[in-house]
Amino acid sequence: MILYMLCLYLFGMGLYCLLRKRNMIKMIMGIVIAQYAVNLFFVLNANDTTQGVYQTAVDPVPQVVVLTSIVVGLAMVLVLIALSLRIYEKYGTFDITKIRDLRQ
Amino acid sequence: MTAHTNLFCLYIILPLAGAFLAALIGERSRKMLSLLVIITTLGEFLTALGLVSVVNHDGPLVYLTGVGKSFLGITMVLDGLSVFMAVIISFIAFLVAVYSVNYMERYTSVWKFDALFLFMVAGMNGVIMTADIFNLYVFLEIASLASIALIAFGVKRPQFEAAFKYAILSILGSFFVLLAIALLYKFTSTLNMAQMAVVFAYKGQTNIGLMISVLFMMGFGLKAALVPFHAWLPDAHPQAPAPVSAMLSGVLIKALGFYTLCRIFFNVIGVSPHILGVFMFLGVLSMLVGGILAVGQWDMKRLWACSSISNMGFIFFGIGLGTPLGILGAVFHVFNHALIKSQLFLNAGAVEYATGTRDLRELGGLSEKMPVTSATGFIAAMAGAGMPPFNGFWSKFMIIVAAIQAGQIGYAVCGLIASLFLLGAILKVIRLGFQGPLKAHLMGIKEVPILMRIPMEILALGCVLGVLLLFGPIRVHYLDPAVGVIMHGKNYMFLVLRHLI
Repeated sequence: MILYMLCLYLFGMGLYCLLRKRNMIKMIMGIVIAQYAVNLFFVLNANDTTQGVYQTAVDPVPQVVVLTSIVVGLAMVLVLIALSLRIYEKYGTFDITKIRDLRQ
Repeated sequence: MTAHTNLFCLYIILPLAGAFLAALIGERSRKMLSLLVIITTLGEFLTALGLVSVVNHDGPLVYLTGVGKSFLGITMVLDGLSVFMAVIISFIAFLVAVYSVNYMERYTSVWKFDALFLFMVAGMNGVIMTADIFNLYVFLEIASLASIALIAFGVKRPQFEAAFKYAILSILGSFFVLLAIALLYKFTSTLNMAQMAVVFAYKGQTNIGLMISVLFMMGFGLKAALVPFHAWLPDAHPQAPAPVSAMLSGVLIKALGFYTLCRIFFNVIGVSPHILGVFMFLGVLSMLVGGILAVGQWDMKRLWACSSISNMGFIFFGIGLGTPLGILGAVFHVFNHALIKSQLFLNAGAVEYATGTRDLRELGGLSEKMPVTSATGFIAAMAGAGMPPFNGFWSKFMIIVAAIQAGQIGYAVCGLIASLFLLGAILKVIRLGFQGPLKAHLMGIKEVPILMRIPMEILALGCVLGVLLLFGPIRVHYLDPAVGVIMHGKNYMFLVLRHLI
């Protein structure tokens, strides 16, 4: 149970980082942390041999799924970093509160 | 496995192959690129039309990838609702591809646009056809990431800002979806949606089911721009190039939001009155907030984007009623709104192409110089406002009648008020944009090229003739199967499991 709690804590940390930080790079790091937490949660599911289909071995499906999920996460982070670099070129800052050309 | 089943797999492969070829052609020839995208999307559209008749004749198609008759392989299912969405996606994609030939002339690296556009179409096609929940997440991400890159395609300051905002919120939504999928796997020990439905039917209402519902509602609600999660839409959709806005507002929010929520709640988890109540409440909230936001806008595309929020509210309100008439109205409104909103965004793009601005305060009297643009825009705007002869009226009318039949008088009144707000917003565009005296700096404008006019004319014709969908064989073969999938949600698991066992 403690593992699940720690996993939830990690996810909460990622979300906190995403929602509270002003620096875009730190927001992206928050996304990475939250992504790791979700992946970790998936892998923890595989370790639970009481409920899974396979009683004697670790369930292989979550591990396969998490591999794909890591690749998807990589694509997300790449797009975000490319965007934030272009924003830095245009605005000269990573501070999200100073980037408000769009009307509210 | 018949030839038809292979045909429907081709439906996902075709745009992926098109994207690959577009990247191979690169900067060499713009003509070849345009031809490639048009042929790909036209092929998709014709395939989709063929699949409608196949699904009606042979029943839903099931394709098993990989390991054959096993729950471990990825299953693809094409039933009434999927084929309904497939026709809309490929039809709008084809018209947008024709439109973008001239519109994208002023941009550099058009091959990147074409490749990303086809990736977005492939992602949406995947979402509507897969019966494996993790595969749905992967296709969802393909479509989302392609749309993020497309919003930033103008490479100016506001485009990047809008794209970053959209990216953060969209990825946040994806996390909730992934977390819900992890919990679902923990709960059901399978990724196959039909088998999950069996487990849910067997175990009944549980707290973990409620938790999963909330997470899915947050994740897909973000993609569908339901009201508490709508903040990204009025920024993101107007900043994209006009053809992309038409795709985003016309079909992307429906394929990633409406379709996924319907599939998961009606076919997998199973609906309860509570979930329908949440759909209804969020729908009413969206249509009111979207309508109020739309009235205050001066930017033409931003106004249409706000009206998209309101129309998504109508769709979810119809679904939330849960009666056959309400669901029919919602499904019909999905079709109508796809036509109307893509037409309106293409129209705003044409105005911007000719005049260089989309601020309503600087426009006026366009009907003199641009007769086709303003006539088609007028038809679609009236359809969007819900004026009687056009298609938008019939679907909104059905939803409101269904609300009164179901005893939701208060919500029905809210629907009428939202319609009034939308009408006000739309009259503002017609009055300030197309009618009135021609402004001095607009004297030199010309009508847009023919390849931009044809898609607008076809869509406007669709807005006029849309009501024909409610009659005769078209309704029996096209609308009713889609409504049937939502109404009789539990049939989905029997259908898929019959092929798996």
